[in-house]
Amino acid sequence: MTHAVAPNSSVPDRPSWLKRNKLAVAPWIFLIPALIFFAIYVVIPIFQSLWLSLYEWNGLYTADGESTATWVGFQNYAKLWDDPNFWTSLRNNLAWLILYMLAVPLGLFIALFLNQTVTGMRFYKSMFFFPFVISQVVVGLIFGWFYNPDFGVVGTVWKAMFCEETVNILGNATFTCARPVPDILSSPEWATYGIIAAGLWPQIAYCMILYLTGLNNVSADQIEAARLDGAKGWKMLWYVVVPQLKPATFIAIVVTVIGALRSFDMIAIMTQGGPFGSTNVLSHYMYEVAISEYGERYGYGSSVATVLFGIMLIFISYFLWQMYQDEKGLR
Amino acid sequence: MFLNVKTAVAAIALSAMAGGAFARDLVINFDDLNPGPKKGFDDAVALFQKENPDINVIVNNNDREAHKTAIRNFLTADAPDVTSWYPGNRMAPFVDAGLFQPIDDVWEENGFKEDLAAIMPTMSRDGKIWGVPYSYYQWGIYYRKDIFDLLELEEPQTWDELLAACGKMKANGVTPFTIGTKFLWTAAGVFDYLNLRTNGYDVHNALTAGEIKYTDPRIKATFTNWETLINECGFVDNHASMSWQDAIAPFANGDAAMYVMGNFSVDGYKNAGLTEDQIDFMPFPTIDASIPGAEEAPADAFFIPTNAKNVEDAKKFLAFVARPDVQTQWNKTIGQLPINSKADISDDKFIQEGFALLNGAAGLAQFYDRDAPAEMAKAGMEGFQEFMLDTSKMDAILERLDTVQEEVYK
Repeated sequence: MTHAVAPNSSVPDRPSWLKRNKLAVAPWIFLIPALIFFAIYVVIPIFQSLWLSLYEWNGLYTADGESTATWVGFQNYAKLWDDPNFWTSLRNNLAWLILYMLAVPLGLFIALFLNQTVTGMRFYKSMFFFPFVISQVVVGLIFGWFYNPDFGVVGTVWKAMFCEETVNILGNATFTCARPVPDILSSPEWATYGIIAAGLWPQIAYCMILYLTGLNNVSADQIEAARLDGAKGWKMLWYVVVPQLKPATFIAIVVTVIGALRSFDMIAIMTQGGPFGSTNVLSHYMYEVAISEYGERYGYGSSVATVLFGIMLIFISYFLWQMYQDEKGLR
Repeated sequence: MFLNVKTAVAAIALSAMAGGAFARDLVINFDDLNPGPKKGFDDAVALFQKENPDINVIVNNNDREAHKTAIRNFLTADAPDVTSWYPGNRMAPFVDAGLFQPIDDVWEENGFKEDLAAIMPTMSRDGKIWGVPYSYYQWGIYYRKDIFDLLELEEPQTWDELLAACGKMKANGVTPFTIGTKFLWTAAGVFDYLNLRTNGYDVHNALTAGEIKYTDPRIKATFTNWETLINECGFVDNHASMSWQDAIAPFANGDAAMYVMGNFSVDGYKNAGLTEDQIDFMPFPTIDASIPGAEEAPADAFFIPTNAKNVEDAKKFLAFVARPDVQTQWNKTIGQLPINSKADISDDKFIQEGFALLNGAAGLAQFYDRDAPAEMAKAGMEGFQEFMLDTSKMDAILERLDTVQEEVYK
């Protein structure tokens, strides 16, 4: 019994590998569940999608469970190049990106406007924040009705201005118009802008809330000092307040860019990419060619997805690099 | 909590065993939860069950749109013994992937080749027959009889009569046609009819099979007629932002007098407050008298997946759904037409007129988006909508459709 103690006594001197590396290992153990799911649901599908874009496939398996896909190499991408619908979608994506950026300054101004102490301010703030809380689908529906030339606000106002109420052949009330009511969502020129305007509504609210929290952290001393130096109005805003809001601005730009690129819900609700494909964006076009009723071209859809992924990657890498730089600066 | 789960599992296992013990299971997937169609199907299944007490019928009834997605998985992963689906080009991907099995023997043994003769070409592919239809419905022009009476108009039989009638309607402040093209397919109905009347059934099939180009002079003639229809008759404004249901509003209000539609729309008119005396049906007028009249009559059918476990009883069910008495009862319930020529029809006036029309038809088209492959149908219908909004773009649209066609049918 006594000699058995000898080898054991050396153990406390030399702790196990796990114990020694406790600090390094612990975060990984906590990360593992998230990493596994992130890999299964995000990373692996990205590569599957890249791979699928080199095939032509209608999404069906044979009765034995074998895929009916055929290898076509880069043909899907060659087809994209000649596909007018793809270019329309890309152009619309660009319009979304540019016009969606309006949400950032508009959100800032509403935030500045709401950043005061008045009775019931919390109520007003929540009213302004409201469009962000409701689902995008609901926003799309509301704006769809708003634009409706027959019973929407646009139609009603127009009728009041340019139409007169008459009686039709059966004695029912109807309208005859000097100029036809504008049908925004059916006009190939205007429909995209109509949808972007709808999308801006919740996005402005989002930026506003980011800036409101940012404004809480603006240092009162600096404002005071600037005031003593005689700064006010625009100069105060631009040189003193906005620089302090930089973190909020960064996040606002990030969420707005991503929001613009993944604009899908509203298009699906308001126009389904129509009229004749003129309001499509890449995300909706991908859905349309891959999984909608008249699509079922999974390979081609994947190649659209790949292009969209490439575009997003540019922004995402820039943002990540930016964040990395900021963190380095803090150290 | 644990106990509950346990008992539930046990109950499921037990019931599965019991089910297997006393009867052969027959799993049927159906795709309509609307009250009428659901009742028609449930009644038929109940009758089948009564006649075959040794078969245990298991029904999975799903929403129509959900079914369209689900079928792509369940045919491989968990195939039922019978599933509802559409004939024509819509069944082509599944036939080509070997997911449906041919059922020529069912047609042979039950004499369907005579009784269902009109629909046989649509149910066939690669020289084999793949399904059994249970119902179809006619397309044509639904019109406001009260407006026609007020204007002293008769049902136009020819193109010129139609244009003349339109002129009279417009002079009296009535828009001749209503339509809602937001979801595109309604425009395809108008195109199909103009094409069937301008060029006939064979050209319709050749076009949807990719054998003739869209820039072909015959198809151009169809589009020229369409332009005439738009200019001299005209459709309601804002049709591109309306669904087919939305487009009933101007029709019900009396602002528009005609609607190129399928018979399923009659319910919509009645729900909008119109009575049977106010609406009536007429076939689409002839354009070229030398061309035999073909009609649109989309059919709904049942198919047997290759992976079906109980093929014998599945075939029994397919033979059952095409039986004259079953089709009579079923279609009375759902307000459509039986396909079996020995079946009786209800005394609804639209059904009567549709039955007469389809029985005299030289050919039955399924519909543009069922006869043409999905990719072509999508591009084509977008082109139709664009053309209706701006007829001057005709040549550009047709050339674009040619490029798509080359790609699709290569």
